[in-house]
Amino acid sequence: MSSHFKKKRGDSKPTISTASLPDIVFMLLFFFMVVTVLRQGEMKLKVVTPEASQLTKLEEKSLVNHIYIGRPIEKYAKIYGTKPRIQLGDLIVDGPANIPLFLEQHKVKVPESRHALITTSLRVDGSVTMGIVQDVKVMLRKSNQLRLNYSAKRKEEASM
Amino acid sequence: MLKKRSRNSRGSNEINASSMADIAFLLLIFFLVTTQIVEDKGILVKLPPWSEVPPDPLKLIPRNVFSVLVNSNNQLLVRGEPAEVNELKERAKEFILNPKQREDLSQAPTKAIISLKNDRGTNYKTYIQVYNELKAAYDELWDEECMRKYGVPYSDDLPLEYRKEIKGKIPMVLSEAEPTSYGEE
Repeated sequence: MSSHFKKKRGDSKPTISTASLPDIVFMLLFFFMVVTVLRQGEMKLKVVTPEASQLTKLEEKSLVNHIYIGRPIEKYAKIYGTKPRIQLGDLIVDGPANIPLFLEQHKVKVPESRHALITTSLRVDGSVTMGIVQDVKVMLRKSNQLRLNYSAKRKEEASM
Repeated sequence: MLKKRSRNSRGSNEINASSMADIAFLLLIFFLVTTQIVEDKGILVKLPPWSEVPPDPLKLIPRNVFSVLVNSNNQLLVRGEPAEVNELKERAKEFILNPKQREDLSQAPTKAIISLKNDRGTNYKTYIQVYNELKAAYDELWDEECMRKYGVPYSDDLPLEYRKEIKGKIPMVLSEAEPTSYGEE
């Protein structure tokens, strides 16, 4: 009896069917395609955002434009110095005067009915002083871009 | 010639799908490399519109103003006295609600104004901490008010009229003055 079973098992070829492998991979692929945001250019500034607890999540990526403020990374310190600078898109700009054009370039990609929902995400390094941030804020107010988000990391409340 | 082709096509009229997995893997790896699953989170604020004329100095009763000054050494001055960041939230909450009806705190939550002023040399990190505490004060007050009234914590998912009601009762008035230019880098 046992020899009968043994023989039968020896005969069959134990192969795993790989027919469903593409399906599994495609599933993963679609997942990553959906959650992906293609990296927008190169970060030329070192930006470590401060910690905060009262955070709002920015939902729609297409309605958000980013302004970075920080010190240039080592590679660019020769060209741009070590003082805090502003980066719009992937360019380091001279000063806040370039912001209105940058906002306008983003605005044309958004349907007009949603212009009021455009948010500027201000990613500022924690070590920067308020002077340059203030200049950017004034420029945003002048260009009537009033929805602003101070980007920050989540902090668990220690005092509570 | 013709005969041969017809025999070939009859033999295998299926597309070989074994390389599909490879192609899919290639795409998958591409997306894996370029993906950032970083959520953008932060403190959402609404700036006041710009006007060329400086606003008229409002005639405010001093008891209704909770002034917070942050200097270029990142030290705090709250209502004229030095203070620490971690006590700011509780003080702001007490000031806004004024549960004991004290003479030196705000007359009513609707009349309370928080005024924030900093130097150009103030550290951004300190500024965010202070702003965060002040916002936390309002968030907690809204939560408590909402809990008392509707039995649920305050969130943006609540119906609009609920939120309007809460915010009408405790409006967030945080005015930021033009910073003084001390300690500019």
